[in-house]
Amino acid sequence: MSTAQAVPAESSVNYLNANYGIKSWLLTFDHKRIGLLYLASITLMFFVGGVPAVLMRLHLIEPQGALFEPETYNKLFSTHGIIMVFFFLVPSIPATLGNFLIPLMIGARDVAFPKLNLMSWYLFIIGALFALYATLSGGVDTGWTFYPPYSSSYSQTHVVAVALGVFIAGFSSILTGLNFIVTIHKMRAPGLTWFRLPLFIWAMYATSLIFVLGTPVIAVTLLLLGAERILHVGIFDPAVGGDPLLFQHLFWFYSHPAVYIMILPGMGVVSELVTAFSRKKIFGYSFVAFSSLSIAVISFVVWGHHMFVTGQSVYAGLVFSVLSFLVAIPSAIKVFNWTATLYRGSISYEAPMLYALGFIGLFTIGGLTGLFLASLATDVHLNGTYFIVAHFHYVMVGGAVMAYLGGIHYWWPKITGRLYPDLWARIAAAIIFIGFNLTFFPQFVLGYLGMPRRYAVYPAEFQVLNVMSSAGASILGIGYLIPLIYLTWSMRYGPVASSNPWRAKGLEWTIPSPPPTENFTEIPIVTEEAYNYPVAEPRKYPSAPGVARV
Amino acid sequence: MSELAAHGTHPPGFAHQFETVGQQREAGRLGMWVFLVTEILFFGGMFASYTIYRALHYESFVTGSHLLEVKFGATNTYVLICSSLTMALAIRSAQTGKRKGQIILWLILTMIFGALFLGLKLRFEWYRDYVDGIVPGINWAYNGPHAPGVQMFMCFYFFMTGLHALHMVAGLGVLTVLVIMTARNKFSPEYYAPLEISGLYWHFVDIVWIFLFALLYLIGGRYPGS
Amino acid sequence: MSEHTEQGGNAGHVVPVSTYVLVFFALMAGTALTTGVAYIDLGRWNTVVALAIAVTKMMLVVLFFMHAKYATGLTRIVILAGFFWLGIMITLSCSDELTRTWEIVPKGWNVIVPFVSRLF
Repeated sequence: MSTAQAVPAESSVNYLNANYGIKSWLLTFDHKRIGLLYLASITLMFFVGGVPAVLMRLHLIEPQGALFEPETYNKLFSTHGIIMVFFFLVPSIPATLGNFLIPLMIGARDVAFPKLNLMSWYLFIIGALFALYATLSGGVDTGWTFYPPYSSSYSQTHVVAVALGVFIAGFSSILTGLNFIVTIHKMRAPGLTWFRLPLFIWAMYATSLIFVLGTPVIAVTLLLLGAERILHVGIFDPAVGGDPLLFQHLFWFYSHPAVYIMILPGMGVVSELVTAFSRKKIFGYSFVAFSSLSIAVISFVVWGHHMFVTGQSVYAGLVFSVLSFLVAIPSAIKVFNWTATLYRGSISYEAPMLYALGFIGLFTIGGLTGLFLASLATDVHLNGTYFIVAHFHYVMVGGAVMAYLGGIHYWWPKITGRLYPDLWARIAAAIIFIGFNLTFFPQFVLGYLGMPRRYAVYPAEFQVLNVMSSAGASILGIGYLIPLIYLTWSMRYGPVASSNPWRAKGLEWTIPSPPPTENFTEIPIVTEEAYNYPVAEPRKYPSAPGVARV
Repeated sequence: MSELAAHGTHPPGFAHQFETVGQQREAGRLGMWVFLVTEILFFGGMFASYTIYRALHYESFVTGSHLLEVKFGATNTYVLICSSLTMALAIRSAQTGKRKGQIILWLILTMIFGALFLGLKLRFEWYRDYVDGIVPGINWAYNGPHAPGVQMFMCFYFFMTGLHALHMVAGLGVLTVLVIMTARNKFSPEYYAPLEISGLYWHFVDIVWIFLFALLYLIGGRYPGS
Repeated sequence: MSEHTEQGGNAGHVVPVSTYVLVFFALMAGTALTTGVAYIDLGRWNTVVALAIAVTKMMLVVLFFMHAKYATGLTRIVILAGFFWLGIMITLSCSDELTRTWEIVPKGWNVIVPFVSRLF
């Protein structure tokens, strides 16, 4: 394996300083710059999507609603869902970390189709602009699920504009997935067989399969919905023999696998973090690798569990329920394997590891509560309540967002050539963890007690739990702002990072931080397994990364 | 070894993220096949919906199908098959190093067949449907039996053939670009990837039509009493 | 004649013109056949025959015009995956849409199946 190059970043030409000027960024084909373009856009969309959430939680401190009319409240939860799902979570890790890291981790100079990669970003921006325009013009009130006949025939809001934005952004993700699949198949360095790949790559490959197979279906579904809304005829309208449930089938055919688009990359990041910060190779590599593929495949046959109480056939419900239990198994396998990796590892608690550990705990809770919902009888009681809201926030925020933050922190030195202040990072991680649990755990209780979701008002006996949740949301919001501050600060004032501040295994750590534009001066030849940490490691090592040591 | 090291210069069309021309070629092909899979799922959403409604409203769909004229659907099928042949021959001409004039000839013939398809469809099918008042949402004046179901069928007819036609138009655009590239001597037996990849797309659009013809025009048969 | 370069990967098998022309005539014949059969009363089998002919035509285009016959195993897996996933979407959606009116009975399984039989 090539030796680490400890050349300080400042003295060499890297991808950040190779070209200056706005055109060199907006017309770049470099996957690393495109990853940063996405990072900026997605961070913006995260805060745009977060504003309605803050407003909702403030509104819900009073049983009769403190701030908004119900019609406005409907627009808030719809906007929050649409922006967060389609414009933050789906692209988050794939478009930022995936774009940046995949060529580095496989020893390639770029992705297979760099121009398509840039086009993906532009499609994302155009889609986001449509969605933002619609939001600023009054938004939609259909929920992020756009169910007809409300969305096709009755809603007086900007459904077509938002649907168009999502449609265009969908093509962004299709092209990203296509690019990743071809890159991983065809551009691995010599000696880098499938079973020597980092698990992040397996996770990104599985995610890309879902991108490519699922997204086109929601694209055509939104097209049909838009046509129905504009022409006042269509295939979902019961008046002409249509079935609104058909929309739901087509919608969820994508949207259920979409949630695995959101979590699989996070699981890939966690595999990297757990191995690096316990300095130990992953327990059960092939199980983790195949579990990623299994999740991607099984995710496509469970969508009906979103429709148990919609009037769907009971027989279909039975099939979907059994398959939904099945999809939990590969996720559980990952949790077992991460835990076994941690066992007797040389563990250190830098911020990325805190996020990884938080992920394992919170994802487990979220995943287990999913089983309550997969079970037909309990779902009848819990569907449409805050239990569902809590469930998916545990996996998407407690899971995916924490993994995203962990990954951003872990690879920050590689991306920027700077170290962030780890003390502040750990404080922020703790605040986020506390704020998150205070926000969403009470929602499990609320849901169990029967409080419906998407309602602007609620019975007075639920107020205490709602106030707890809103307090937690304020803490969580502050927690998210802190990394924004110190990460930005570190780009200019942080200590310069070496090529491998974490002393981790992986091809990305063998090149300078930040990397040169062409990534590798010579394409490496890989001879080692992944995570090939030496078995006997000293129990402790200095906890300030990047400080020069032997 | 890299192309640069092997040849000292880069072969035409070589992209620097790749190590060899063979790698680039395989990546391009795999990429187009993956894209075609996304198109299968894209059209597939409508095929799935069609299957369901046809099962649930069979009589209406048969009635609706009989509003379409088989002779135009069949003629268009023959036209597209011709266009697939000329496309395959265009690629073969590049593969075997024929003069660019010959490649351009086959490409232009493909475009003529494609345009003929669109012209026939527009003039003899869609325009006539509009005049007859069987275009849902735009001019619907159908008074026959099973009206709601027939309207549903015609929705599917226009959505599916409309989406297909859009893909044809895009294909014609791609072919135009290919003609220009050929005229500028971009292709040779060593490098004809854009032709090959575009050919895959064109054949896919032909296959979609093969199924649309069978499913939309021939439901329930056309025998007396059907 | 086929060309292979030393960089590995299939540089593009050159298919003889005669093969293309044969496939062309087969496709034209298939179209004529399916159109003709539609005018014959085969009851439910009309649809089966039409689909079978369509699938055969598709296979000819995919194998010969799109060169899948000469392509790598990976290409074939990709193509099959596309159709398999389409199949999942159709099958599981139908599992709901076509079984809505099935009645749950306490014993025996004498189920009324009004619409499935009309799929063909």
